[in-house]
Amino acid sequence: MPAPEQHRLIFRHIDEPGYSADLACYLRHGGYEVLRRAVARRPEELVDEVKKSGLRGRGGAGFPCGVKWTLLDRKSGKPIYLVVNADESEPGTFKDRHIIHRDPHQLIEGIMITCFANRVERAFIYIRGEFPEGARILERAIAEARAATFAGPNILGTGYGCEIYVHRGAGAYICGEETGLIESLEGKRPYPRIKPPYFPAVLGLYQCPTIVNNVETICHVKHIADMGGDAFSKIGTPNNTGTRILCVSGHVRRPGYYEFDVGRLTLGQLLNEVCGGPLPGRKFKAVIPGGSSAKVLKFGERYKGRRKVGAELVEYDWGVEDIPMDFDSLAMVGSMGGSGGVIVMDDSVNMVEALGNINAFYAHESCGQCTPCREGSLWMQKVTARMAQGGARPEDGPLLKSIADQIAGRTICAFGEACAWPTQSFVAKFSDEFAAPARAGARPHSDAEPELV
Amino acid sequence: MSPPPAADLVTVNIDGREIAVPRGTNMIEAALRLGIDVPHYCYHPKLTVAGNCRMCLVEMGMPAVDPATKAPVIEPATGRQRINWVPRPAIACSTGAVAGLHIRTTTPLVKDCREGVMEFLLVNHPLDCPICDQAGECKLQEQATGYGRGYSRYVEQKNVKPKRTLLGPRVMLDDERCILCSRCVRFCKEIAKDDVLGFTERGSYSTLACYPGRRLENDYSLNTVDICPVGALTSTDFRFKMRVWFLRQTNSIDTGSSAGANTVVWSREGAVYRITPRQNDEVNDTWMADSGRILYKAIRAPDRLAAVRVGGADSALDFAIREAAGVLAGGGVEVVGSGRSSVEEQFLLRKLRDALGARASLVARIGGGDGLLVSADRNPNVRGALVAGLIAGLPQARLDALGARIDAGQVRAVVSVGEDLAEAGLSAAQLARVAIVYLGTHANATSAAARVAIPTLTVFEKSGTFVNQQFRIQRFAKAVPGPAGATDDLVVLARLTAAVGGPSLGGDLASAWAAMAAEVPVLAGVRYDSVPDTGLLLDGSPWAGLPFAEGPSLHYKPDQSRAPGGAKP
Repeated sequence: MPAPEQHRLIFRHIDEPGYSADLACYLRHGGYEVLRRAVARRPEELVDEVKKSGLRGRGGAGFPCGVKWTLLDRKSGKPIYLVVNADESEPGTFKDRHIIHRDPHQLIEGIMITCFANRVERAFIYIRGEFPEGARILERAIAEARAATFAGPNILGTGYGCEIYVHRGAGAYICGEETGLIESLEGKRPYPRIKPPYFPAVLGLYQCPTIVNNVETICHVKHIADMGGDAFSKIGTPNNTGTRILCVSGHVRRPGYYEFDVGRLTLGQLLNEVCGGPLPGRKFKAVIPGGSSAKVLKFGERYKGRRKVGAELVEYDWGVEDIPMDFDSLAMVGSMGGSGGVIVMDDSVNMVEALGNINAFYAHESCGQCTPCREGSLWMQKVTARMAQGGARPEDGPLLKSIADQIAGRTICAFGEACAWPTQSFVAKFSDEFAAPARAGARPHSDAEPELV
Repeated sequence: MSPPPAADLVTVNIDGREIAVPRGTNMIEAALRLGIDVPHYCYHPKLTVAGNCRMCLVEMGMPAVDPATKAPVIEPATGRQRINWVPRPAIACSTGAVAGLHIRTTTPLVKDCREGVMEFLLVNHPLDCPICDQAGECKLQEQATGYGRGYSRYVEQKNVKPKRTLLGPRVMLDDERCILCSRCVRFCKEIAKDDVLGFTERGSYSTLACYPGRRLENDYSLNTVDICPVGALTSTDFRFKMRVWFLRQTNSIDTGSSAGANTVVWSREGAVYRITPRQNDEVNDTWMADSGRILYKAIRAPDRLAAVRVGGADSALDFAIREAAGVLAGGGVEVVGSGRSSVEEQFLLRKLRDALGARASLVARIGGGDGLLVSADRNPNVRGALVAGLIAGLPQARLDALGARIDAGQVRAVVSVGEDLAEAGLSAAQLARVAIVYLGTHANATSAAARVAIPTLTVFEKSGTFVNQQFRIQRFAKAVPGPAGATDDLVVLARLTAAVGGPSLGGDLASAWAAMAAEVPVLAGVRYDSVPDTGLLLDGSPWAGLPFAEGPSLHYKPDQSRAPGGAKP
């Protein structure tokens, strides 16, 4: 079956020649028309549209956006805040940066619609410290939007006002965790909060009800307000609606970002057709489908089980190539859709080194608040580094698994899983490489000689 | 504290046993009521919950209800409501009691969690227990015996962090031992209100440090040492002095002010090594001021009085008592008591005063209250003097009235118990005009000028009671024997009273209490032995009108009608 065509909602204009980040260009392409229509409606209707759309968060967890908004404590009398999570730090993910750089007004329009729908009067864009240019672009765009009354006091003459502030992080992955982000925004160390009781919808920023949404999610809100929740829910597959941006990196011929209907495309189609297949002379070995914390998938594995199609349960028997790229299917095969960062590894990759690389990232980024993640992530890093440098021992594989098992599910935030899942899956699926006493610089046997392109 | 109304009680089930606790009680405390220990490091009953150590992970479940009908789901096999156990373990310290909550603390998962956390805490922890001051009272050591492997799977290099960092004048930090529980950080922020500690770096390299340019030097800094579950924070005064398992613990009271913080005095072979707070949820929680911890140094101070002296020459107690009786015979005597004496001593001094027909006064010590555990009244027992009937009104800081009477020739002799009359405002000339009988522990101008000077005991060398600002009578006990040559104040006072023709009183606590129970109205029915370790509130209403100096502090609010400028309309 040939791969479906890309369906570009968010990226519709993004690569068009001459499309720029300024307001005039955005307006020429119909910008802020949706906002204009949205502020004429009742806010509750917009929330209902988002609920009907079935939109799931694009930041990693895939939590239904409409439900998140419904959980907001609207009776407390406290202000409600919107925080846009632009702390895009998951290795393998680079979609939000592209949106911010190329189409900031789309994000701002999404923010204003979200704010109007939830009666928010203060919105914060928390952008990671490594995106200084993105922050400048956003600030410029916000100033333009304010001057044209698309933001700020009295938006489009409606009397409704909402300010957007850009807050730059200081370069910490953990600030992408929503409660860590809130702490950071409050000026503290980004130690994630314990839940319960600190659910952002009730006790978020400054202990007020707060929505934290990913950049891509917020952009989708604009398109939902545009086409209606029902129309949006018909894109993609049931429970996995809309389009999704996939960031493909690693050993494929055409890495990059692609936007497809969720679940209408298989991983095989994505890698082989859309991305042009493996590099010449190489074979795919493994793929991480949702950012580096997602569990790795090994080519050659089979995934069997029963899944719901419509009302009935049907058997499935998939290889890696057959997995539909949606939240539920990826969860069924033991991984996750995550942030949409697809990392491809071919047979030139030493999996111990690859895991060592991932572990180095998580050991460096663990905030250090709670014990299992703080100590476990660095321990795993030290073990894999030693193994990759030729000091592997037969007991290291089981040791790594045991360390990871002592982290996952026992930490304050999801970082515990994020740092444990790679190790758990790498060691389980590539046990031969973790069992073999690796020599320094040793590479696994490759069937084919690399050919020059 | 009155018990919460029954309506607020909810029944929770811990390891199959049910207990009713106030709603919201955290599960560590609830389990403790059943005698079930949930190991923890970061949780502290008097600080906010941080939930970072993950040692208290337990399994949690709620009774199952049918989502549609809300009817309980009954397990056919047992006939009881099914419990839906949450697959992920939850931290007991931030799990509040709700009706029907079930937790399990003995399952394989819980054991595995504890062992996992224990192993993680140890991988970068130095193996220096043999030279670590915390050994013997280290939570890490303790839990390692229960949940440690006994061997290490860790073959990598341990992290290197700063050693021997002086955080302030009294607290030393070893960052390698720190398990980052943040108790000290929270204490400084929440209790001492001196936010100076924080973490730098991140992940496993996280390091406890003072904020740049700041020092941990508030008067409560040593509480961080007490609550540090490991040997990261140690006291510069105590470290390397003595192994804690050699020390005997004696309950005592901080004499630094009328707050009356409950303390433990740690001693060995007649020497005191340190003083730490003792939990009293109605007085000092688990805290005490640093200033109260060094008071033991007075025991072996070089100016300690070591010999009975009469007329400037060493003498014997029997002779001194006779000599003093001679001095005091014939009227014109005044008595100066001390707010630092025990209730019993003040009662016996009152007996002496009555026998002499003398006037008695006290010396006030008023300073700034810190709103926590150092109150404005720096005497620990002025209220004791009121209760004992030694004085009727609040004392003055200076004995100017006494001085005037000396100048007027109305006073011939003065008995001073522990108070330096010169420091209280009397001139050398005034001291020279009267015959002084001095009972005290340390040398001063008064002891030097005294006709009779009798060395007595410090609070660490005797037993008795103090009445704190709440009118709470609290016991302290003898931790170490007094030095040779010193005599218990009670013995001296009883013998003096008898020698001047007063009643014959036993020079011990039992006799003093027998007499007090009979003669002191607010102590009627109270026995020394029946005063609980956390003290007993007395009826302070007879003195409600007095303008006490104390402002609000931990667990104490002055009556608004008495507060300066806060008179009721």
